[in-house]
Amino acid sequence: MKKGYNVIVSGVGGQGIILASELLALAAMEAGYDVKKSEVHGMSQRGGDVVSHVRFSQKVYSPLIEQGTCDLILAFEKAEALRYLHYLKPENGVVIMNDLEIIPLPVTAGQDTYPQNIEETIKKYANLVVVDAIGKANELGNSRVANTIMLGVASKFFDIPEDIWIKVITNRVPKKTVEINKKAFELGRKIELDF
Amino acid sequence: MKLLLSGNEAIARGAWEASCHVAAAYPGTPSTEILENIAFYKEIKAEWAPNEKVAFEAMLGAAIGGARALVAMKHVGLNVAADPLMTSAYVGVNGGLVIISADDPGMHSSQNEQDNRVFAKFAKIPLFEPSDSQEAYEFVKLAFEISEKYDTPVIVRSTTRISHAKGIVDVGERVELPVKEYVKDPQKYTMIPAFARKRHEILEKRLVELKKLSNSIEINRIEPGDTKIGIVTSGISYQYAREVFPDATVLKLGMPFPFPDELFKKFASTVDTIYVVEELEPFLEDHVRILGYSVIGKDKIPITGELNPQIVRKALKGESLEKIPPQKAVKRPPALCPGCPHLGIFFELKKKRINVMGDIGCYTLAVLPPLESIDTTVDMGFSVSSVHGFNLARGEKSAKKSVAVIGDSTFIHSGITGLIDIVYNKGFSTVIILDNHTTAMTGHQPHPATGRTIKGEPTKKIDFVELARAIGVEDIHVVDPHDLKAVRKTLKSALNYPGPSVIITDRPCVLLPDEWKKLQKNPKKVVDPEMCQGDKCGNCFRLGCPAIVWKDGKAFIDPLLCVGCDLCIQTCPFDAIHPEDEYEKGI
Repeated sequence: MKKGYNVIVSGVGGQGIILASELLALAAMEAGYDVKKSEVHGMSQRGGDVVSHVRFSQKVYSPLIEQGTCDLILAFEKAEALRYLHYLKPENGVVIMNDLEIIPLPVTAGQDTYPQNIEETIKKYANLVVVDAIGKANELGNSRVANTIMLGVASKFFDIPEDIWIKVITNRVPKKTVEINKKAFELGRKIELDF
Repeated sequence: MKLLLSGNEAIARGAWEASCHVAAAYPGTPSTEILENIAFYKEIKAEWAPNEKVAFEAMLGAAIGGARALVAMKHVGLNVAADPLMTSAYVGVNGGLVIISADDPGMHSSQNEQDNRVFAKFAKIPLFEPSDSQEAYEFVKLAFEISEKYDTPVIVRSTTRISHAKGIVDVGERVELPVKEYVKDPQKYTMIPAFARKRHEILEKRLVELKKLSNSIEINRIEPGDTKIGIVTSGISYQYAREVFPDATVLKLGMPFPFPDELFKKFASTVDTIYVVEELEPFLEDHVRILGYSVIGKDKIPITGELNPQIVRKALKGESLEKIPPQKAVKRPPALCPGCPHLGIFFELKKKRINVMGDIGCYTLAVLPPLESIDTTVDMGFSVSSVHGFNLARGEKSAKKSVAVIGDSTFIHSGITGLIDIVYNKGFSTVIILDNHTTAMTGHQPHPATGRTIKGEPTKKIDFVELARAIGVEDIHVVDPHDLKAVRKTLKSALNYPGPSVIITDRPCVLLPDEWKKLQKNPKKVVDPEMCQGDKCGNCFRLGCPAIVWKDGKAFIDPLLCVGCDLCIQTCPFDAIHPEDEYEKGI
């Protein structure tokens, strides 16, 4: 029986969280898993925090991940990695974090503070991979493929063959961006991990 | 064929395969995507209705006319449609009628978290509760069959976690059924008291038959397991219960009303302790207790909010798998968009300390800082009717300090009758229709004042000015909400007018594709830090535009967020904000 995974994809509205979690869920389905994914849309418009839970296994019941059972957090923004840290399982949890801070209105208004020492905090509890996804995406010539680079890094942790990822990306992203997304995914998948 | 579908997509697919002929809805989270997805199928006539009551009545009419009909709405929408709902149980159907109620436990995007399973019992209509996308798809198909077989509408109740979660669905193809013949039958369809009394008796007999069905239908099943604990559950709660108690015996109810007494008794006889796991109201628990069983349920599981596996585990096992302490992240409250046409009007209302009776839509967010201008929000249309009552209580002086604000779609939904009330009863209230040319909150659905249908076809367009005039309003203003000077002048004039006034703020939502494209051509705005008085002023910041942030004690406009409108320029008393092209040239 193949191992199942619980994955949280988190970030700020407008960052493409839903598409990234959709690609993951579709890849897992193609690989023969049962899959459920859940997020909430509605009042959280642009600028609000957005989270998607993706679970794949032989059989999935709850679409929501239980706190303490998440295998991997894929965070497109640093504070949004911290927000879900307690969802991670206590041993060998992984956080893949975009090296990006998005400062919200209450912070600029002086009513809240942006968390400090995020990397140190996460390292106390989990294996951390920090990815300069926007920098790398700009090298490819399109900052919007940062998500796909992040997904490429995450893909190394799952038992899903590369050709399935490529197929899902090809079918799901806008036609004009298929090539650059494939490149971005492969770039992410090649990033060396130091743990 | 296997597809990854949300519950809402699965409901649409099920309806299509079941030969649904017509469908109607009013948009409302978490139900909106049901009709949007149904509209993709060319075999189904899909329509946005002005409100849920109209949608319901249209679909009951279609069902009487012999079609298979579906009507979808959020939980509070069924309140609006409650009148036809209650009597639809009496008249029954001809073609099948399926009512989708998408509830919102946890209030992700709603004003309350009522449990609409209670409506099924109240209206005496059978209730189906899917627990994932596969069941959502299957249950809608089954609901059409049961509806026709038992001559009753059927409620399929979803929740946010069913509607918006995705799962794998094994789909089939459409089986085309003809629209049934219509036979005139006033004793069945015309509810004068004499006929209705007979229909009530028929309804009660039908309920007895439906209870038999509930005991035998395969979507109500006992899943055998460990007999120490037996769990009664339905809907999404089934998944959470299974997550926490993978080995327990479970009574899984896909059709929780009428409650299957006999099946339950059989289940109860095999287990030692009974848990009832359900979100919100003790709906199943009450039924079980009436049968004389003692169970563990709402005494342990919260009656408020959405459930999840962690809550169920803590409540029933007293344990938690969470080992890493929660960290303080940062608040990211939802906000109106940069350049939103609502920003200016609320900026002015706040400055003048006007009492604002609010309504349901994006603009409800103007209750939060820094706009903080809304006094009340209850339901759709409340703003218009309640400002009249507020002014009745507080007199003509109050009318000069009070307004109703209501979106264009919400005004059509439920605001028109309130305005008639003001005019008819010689009121003097001011109603502001925030016309952004769309139903923005739920993702830009067209409505009767947009001139487009759900399928994108052109249609007649309501003219708010003509409508207000026809109702009898004499003081009518149309103003661009991005012209703050004009807004101020209009507000003053309307508030002081000795009679009802209507102000229409006319500007499209910035996220509408055409408007977005137009705005891209505008130069972004920049702050001259030497001119900006920073903390001493802060006027632009009070607009609540998310593009305006604070940097080193001065205002700064984030060029990635700025849409290039000039609202902020108008708020600056020191002439510190300029279009970037002029600023660069040193103009």
